[in-house]
Amino acid sequence: MIEIRFHGRGGQGTVIASEILAEALAIEGNYVQVFPQFGVERRGAPVTAFLRIDNKPIYLRCSIYTPDHIVVLDPVLIETIGITEGLKKGGWIIINSFKNPEDFKNFSDFKVATVDASSIAIKYNLGSRIAPIVNTAILGAFAKVTGMTKLETIERAMKDYIPINLEGNIKAAREAYKEVKMG
Amino acid sequence: MKKVITGNHAVSYGALLSRVEVIAAYPITPQTQVVELLSEFCAEGKLKAKFVKVESEHSAMATCIGASAAGARAFTATSAQGLALMHELLHWAAGGRLPIVLANINRAMAPGWSIWTDQNDSLSQRDTGWMQIYCESNQEVLDSVIQGYKIAEQVYIPLMLVLDAFVLSHTSEIVDIPSQEQVDRYLPPFKPKYKLDVNDPHAFGGLLGPDHYMEIRYLLQKDMERAMEITKKADIEFKEIFGRSYGVIEAYKCEDAEIIMVTSGTVTSTARTVIDKLRERDKRVGLLKIRMFRPFPSKDIKNVLLKAKKVLVVDRNISYGLGGIFFEEIKSVLYYEDKHIPIFGFITGLGGRDVTPNILEEMIEYVETHDKPEEPILWKGVKL
Repeated sequence: MIEIRFHGRGGQGTVIASEILAEALAIEGNYVQVFPQFGVERRGAPVTAFLRIDNKPIYLRCSIYTPDHIVVLDPVLIETIGITEGLKKGGWIIINSFKNPEDFKNFSDFKVATVDASSIAIKYNLGSRIAPIVNTAILGAFAKVTGMTKLETIERAMKDYIPINLEGNIKAAREAYKEVKMG
Repeated sequence: MKKVITGNHAVSYGALLSRVEVIAAYPITPQTQVVELLSEFCAEGKLKAKFVKVESEHSAMATCIGASAAGARAFTATSAQGLALMHELLHWAAGGRLPIVLANINRAMAPGWSIWTDQNDSLSQRDTGWMQIYCESNQEVLDSVIQGYKIAEQVYIPLMLVLDAFVLSHTSEIVDIPSQEQVDRYLPPFKPKYKLDVNDPHAFGGLLGPDHYMEIRYLLQKDMERAMEITKKADIEFKEIFGRSYGVIEAYKCEDAEIIMVTSGTVTSTARTVIDKLRERDKRVGLLKIRMFRPFPSKDIKNVLLKAKKVLVVDRNISYGLGGIFFEEIKSVLYYEDKHIPIFGFITGLGGRDVTPNILEEMIEYVETHDKPEEPILWKGVKL
């Protein structure tokens, strides 16, 4: 079983990102279980979402305490909350950031990948300049970095979740897939 | 069609496929998504139901009662304080013998204000005369809505299906959504024996003096007893069409078990992983899932538990001044037996406190190392 934790802020599409990824993994024949941090979500407040993936039915129904990988939609969270808490050694941290992976020196126990998802989202008119919706771009990066799902399957999974500008979201995911830097 | 959906949406699809005719509901976290999706189904014309927006849960149940009495298939969903506000009318629905189906998202009662799961809201309605089914997965949730109408409409008793807040309501997983054609084959249209009809006037719920009231209650109990067999039959028929069944209880790896853990709701699911792990270490442990709580499957439970040396019951609820509610019911089931089995009653996970495999494993360790419980209530995870 692989467990993934998402860190973002209300309004970035964090929970939707986890659900699109779950749908894609399910299309590819995996069992999935995906849930937000149980509570009340507010725009701008930190949001956490969780995803379990397995090749057999998933019976575990408690929170995820020791994730295999982490996806960070808002890099500011790195300075404000302990995003690596419980992360297994050698796990990926995929960060929405214009910086290079080697700029994140505190994460030497882990593998870091970065992608400037905010700029990509703005380029394709996803959200606003102040509050871009970066979730589909970060999924493109996830597909490339982990190889757990094909980019095309993520594009297919998006259709049920993205009511407007599907084309822009697909382009954002493709660009992030190409541009992501792996440390 | 397989889809990744939340427990809440599994409820909505269950109601859609059951072709409910009247929906009356008031939004409350964590139930809101159930009726949001149903209102979309109605607006799109996918579901030909009357969607009645009401000002309270009390009115929601009143609307369902009126609709059901007039011969319509009625549905509502609620949670915690909302269910509590329905309390008076839950008695009316059951006493009126109206086969309404209600989905309750298990949420802890306030105060302290909580939106997280425990079972005290639904268990507080234990004696209203409703049937209760506790679900473990989103698939079971969807299937239980459909089964719910099949059962309720045969015995004329309303049915409440229960799912844990967030752990199911807001968690998405793969659900096989059956086709309308399959569900139509399983669930015929609702054609009640008696209904409000201007062309054939009857009065419902009138004054009933001491000469008659008791017989009406006796008949409700008799039909509750009958509901047990009807539920089992409905489950077998369900399997024939959909390939899935759940039973009123499920005994998991209990054949040679010395210790049996009794659970309900999603704790069952996590407990399966614990039993599997301990079995790998050659520990003779098993799991008994209670799916149906009313009517209580006393005989079925007894048949499983009598094989055990010790039993432990996990309660995500409490009857203040006594203890875990499932624990007390299980004890009474075994009272008349010659074989004395020590029973351990654990309370954990109140107000959405996470129930992890470790917590369940520690309970089993306690039972292994004790001949009988040191306290009438064994609290697990209290920080005081």
